Amino acid sequence: MAERMRTDLNIADADAFYEALIRSHEGLSDDDSNLLNARLVLLLANQVGDMAILQQCLAAARDGLD
Amino acid sequence: MPAYAYPHYDAVRPPELDGENLLHDVVIVGGGPVGLSLALDLAQRGVRSVVLQSSNTLSEGSRALCWSKRTLEILDRFGVARPIAERGFTWSTGRVYAGDREVYHFDLQPERDQPFPAFVNLQQYFAEEYLVDATRRAGGLIELRWQNKATGIAQDGDGATLTVETPHGYYPLRARYVVACDGAKSTIRRAMGLGFEGRVFEDNFLIADVDVAGDVGAKDRRFWFNPSFDPSETALCHGQGDGMWRVDFQLGWDVDVAAEMRPERALPRIKALLGRDDVETTWISVYTFQCRRVEHFRHDRVLFAGDAAHQVSPFGARGGNSGIQDAENLAWKLALVLDGRAPDALLDSYHDERAYAADENIRVTSRTVDFMTAKTPLRARMRQAVLGLAEKHDFARALINSGRLSTPTVHDGSPLNSDHGLAGPAAPGGPCPNRRLADGGCLLDHLGRGLRFEGLYMADGAPGAMPLPAFKTLRAADVPVDTIVVGAGDAEGLRALPDPDGRVAATLGAAPGQYILLRPDQHVASVLPTFDLADARAALDRALARPPAPAMARAGE
Ligand SMILES: Cc1cc2nc3c(=O)[nH]c(=O)nc-3n(C[C@H](O)[C@H](O)[C@H](O)COP(=O)(O)OP(=O)(O)OC[C@H]3O[C@@H](n4cnc5c(N)ncnc54)[C@H](O)[C@@H]3O)c2cc1C
Repeated sequence: MAERMRTDLNIADADAFYEALIRSHEGLSDDDSNLLNARLVLLLANQVGDMAILQQCLAAARDGLD
Repeated sequence: MPAYAYPHYDAVRPPELDGENLLHDVVIVGGGPVGLSLALDLAQRGVRSVVLQSSNTLSEGSRALCWSKRTLEILDRFGVARPIAERGFTWSTGRVYAGDREVYHFDLQPERDQPFPAFVNLQQYFAEEYLVDATRRAGGLIELRWQNKATGIAQDGDGATLTVETPHGYYPLRARYVVACDGAKSTIRRAMGLGFEGRVFEDNFLIADVDVAGDVGAKDRRFWFNPSFDPSETALCHGQGDGMWRVDFQLGWDVDVAAEMRPERALPRIKALLGRDDVETTWISVYTFQCRRVEHFRHDRVLFAGDAAHQVSPFGARGGNSGIQDAENLAWKLALVLDGRAPDALLDSYHDERAYAADENIRVTSRTVDFMTAKTPLRARMRQAVLGLAEKHDFARALINSGRLSTPTVHDGSPLNSDHGLAGPAAPGGPCPNRRLADGGCLLDHLGRGLRFEGLYMADGAPGAMPLPAFKTLRAADVPVDTIVVGAGDAEGLRALPDPDGRVAATLGAAPGQYILLRPDQHVASVLPTFDLADARAALDRALARPPAPAMARAGE
């Protein structure tokens, strides 16, 4: 059976992560901020690795934007 | 409901004005929730205090509204929690909406059999009224001086001298210790030239107390991001006592504050939020919020507590609650230092523990405000992403931050803790967990009333097999440790707490033979895996900031 994307919380301290994420953008222009997010997506995708899961993440991210 | 009739308290003419030269043990500057709680807690430990109150009445507007379970447990020792719970609005579920859609709800009370709910909402003036009433039942140990305003302070090695202004004139007031509980604009802090550093959040919040005829039909905390009924970025609605409601709107930074406060401007949006027309406001105010604290909570003979020491944004209800927890932390320490049974260093631990708590509250509430006020395009986009994903995916719901509601700080790493590596629900530095008992009372009813430590010994075998003589030795120490044998019907003259269905042991997460040493403020000092007299004494010394007793002095005991 193909792997399934996790949707339960998998980050021990979610608020600390969110703060660190916002902080990492501090002082950046809007363009650079977008670029940071794009880099982050690539880095995180490489952590995941599994194409089946990545496909599900891509679909979930796209969901509702059409 | 008619609007609250603020009581008027006449100015007190103190004996010092007529030439009496007194040295008080403790003078508390400020008779808000924190100053009054401190006076009551000190009285429970047998310490007399004078409370200076500049005002002639109680807090204006509802202000501190949500009283947490831990705060109610503290106030219960003064007989104030039950009246609050009876009059207030009880809740434990928070609902978060994006626009009109509920995206998430949280339940704050997963523990079983609690005598108090996660939160009771009651206007600050009612809470203060009950606290003032309780000061009159404190056996004459509390002298509350209305319309006595501290205007200056000087200290020397033995105490501090305040200058106090009254309608009858000025007088000097001398005390061994002064505790500044005079709120965010603390006169004492300013008079001592102390900084109050932190962050100001650039946002205005319209806050109103609303009277509604009849039932609104909501029983939860409700929070909206981008509400459909209002242009505000967020809105919040709470029930409060006497069928009143409290509403908050996040207005933004560049607004005309005076205009926003006008009823003709505020009322329509309040009506839209509540979905009713028959509403009346009794208090409307606009606030900006900040997070900051004094660097040191102790300056020799002067200590700072409550808003005078730290300020947070109110989303999370951490201001008043943590202030009352400052008071419980300080009272027993002051009492033991005043009567000479603990060294002065014990008061330093007040700073260690409560500055740590303030930092936690500042960190948590700052994150909330950062989530609520999407100041930059990036923050706005991130929040939009979280709220969007939250509709389908659990993990994103956990990221939605509309306020992380007050829980008591576990003073990890406090110099008073002796850590033996056991970390259950009763962990060193945190309050003892509570539970309703089979007999209808509750666990905390049995703890933390006098000026002594307590030990919860988890019964292991028959009384003959237990170290009862050692418990009696501890009970006879200069600072007594009163052992309660949990799970025994009788313990040969020691206190026993039967635990027929094992719920106390389960609540404490403690195995037979373990010994939980509790401070007078019901906080865990140590959890011993098995009882040992030397270990228990070492933990007691440490919790009193006493140097460890030399091994010699112990021999022959
Ligand atoms: C809109 C709003 C909502 C809030 N909601 C909550 C909530 O839900 N839960 C919560 O826990 N907290 C909440 N808070 C925070 C809470 O109101 C404060 O943390 C709390 O009042 C602090 O208590 P205190 O006794 O330290 O100070 P205060 O309540 O400010 O009391 C200080 C007292 O000192 C007196 N005083 C001042 N100067 C002098 C002087 N020089 N001499 C003598 N007396 C003096 C004053 O008259 C006053 O009575 C809220 C605050 C606001 C503004």
